[in-house]
Amino acid sequence: MPSFIFYLFALVTLGFGLLVVTARNPVTSALSLASSFVGLAALFISLDAYFIGIIQILVYAGAVMVLFLFIIMLMDIKAEEGKKTNNGALVGGCLLAVLLVLQVIMVSGAFHGERTVGDLDTAAAIGKAAGTELPTIANDLREGSLPDTKLMGYALFDRYGFHLQVVGLLLLVGTVGVVMLSKRDTAAKEAGN
Amino acid sequence: MVTLGHYLVVSGALFALGLAGVIARRNILIIYMCLEMMLSAANLTLVAFSRFHLVDHLPDYGAQALVFFTITVAAAEVAVGLAIIVALFRSRQSVDVDSITKLQG
Repeated sequence: MPSFIFYLFALVTLGFGLLVVTARNPVTSALSLASSFVGLAALFISLDAYFIGIIQILVYAGAVMVLFLFIIMLMDIKAEEGKKTNNGALVGGCLLAVLLVLQVIMVSGAFHGERTVGDLDTAAAIGKAAGTELPTIANDLREGSLPDTKLMGYALFDRYGFHLQVVGLLLLVGTVGVVMLSKRDTAAKEAGN
Repeated sequence: MVTLGHYLVVSGALFALGLAGVIARRNILIIYMCLEMMLSAANLTLVAFSRFHLVDHLPDYGAQALVFFTITVAAAEVAVGLAIIVALFRSRQSVDVDSITKLQG
């Protein structure tokens, strides 16, 4: 992968991320966050994680950000105009962020290994995959492509099958919880009558 | 030449941006968006480590399964959190966190 593509999408992700924090209008923030997530999905895809990248766009940039926009427009929030900002929190937040970035930069120097993105050796992976995993995965590897979604599905439904069902239960509980929270007013009225 | 360190710096910067937003902003919706940004930064770290820690010459799919679960839990969390924010807005008519002081005693 050419490195300028990495820098381009890193710039998109961080630039729109900065706009999320600095924008006065919440709608601008939400749309910037969606754009930032698209840039992040591109970074995922540059790391050969195609499935996670697509999921990032579908779930985050699609579903979650649309939910945010719905709520912002439902509440009809005006941009914060003329409100004084909390200077102590502003300085503290920026200072903490700068310190964290400096620390990460210092620590990440230890991770500048010789290995780079784009050196995935699918031919070497066949030997292991052909014997133990599904033949369709071995066939894809033999053709020189990375069957990312198949490997991901293999991991999710084989190694983490139980966890997947627990997460499904969590989603059900979350849905019931949201309905309960939203219905609270009418339920209280009926109880009062 | 893009190495693991590059991805970790981008992830750390994104996390720091989210952290600064959570501390400095007062609109509860923007604070919530910044929380989502911090979660995504952690996901980027996980995917980067998964790609650079090869198991049998393939990326470590345990980390990517963890990212999948994180995204799922985050989606459920957003739904519940936004429902709570809407309930809060109904009773207070405000999204300013400085106006929510009931638990201060």
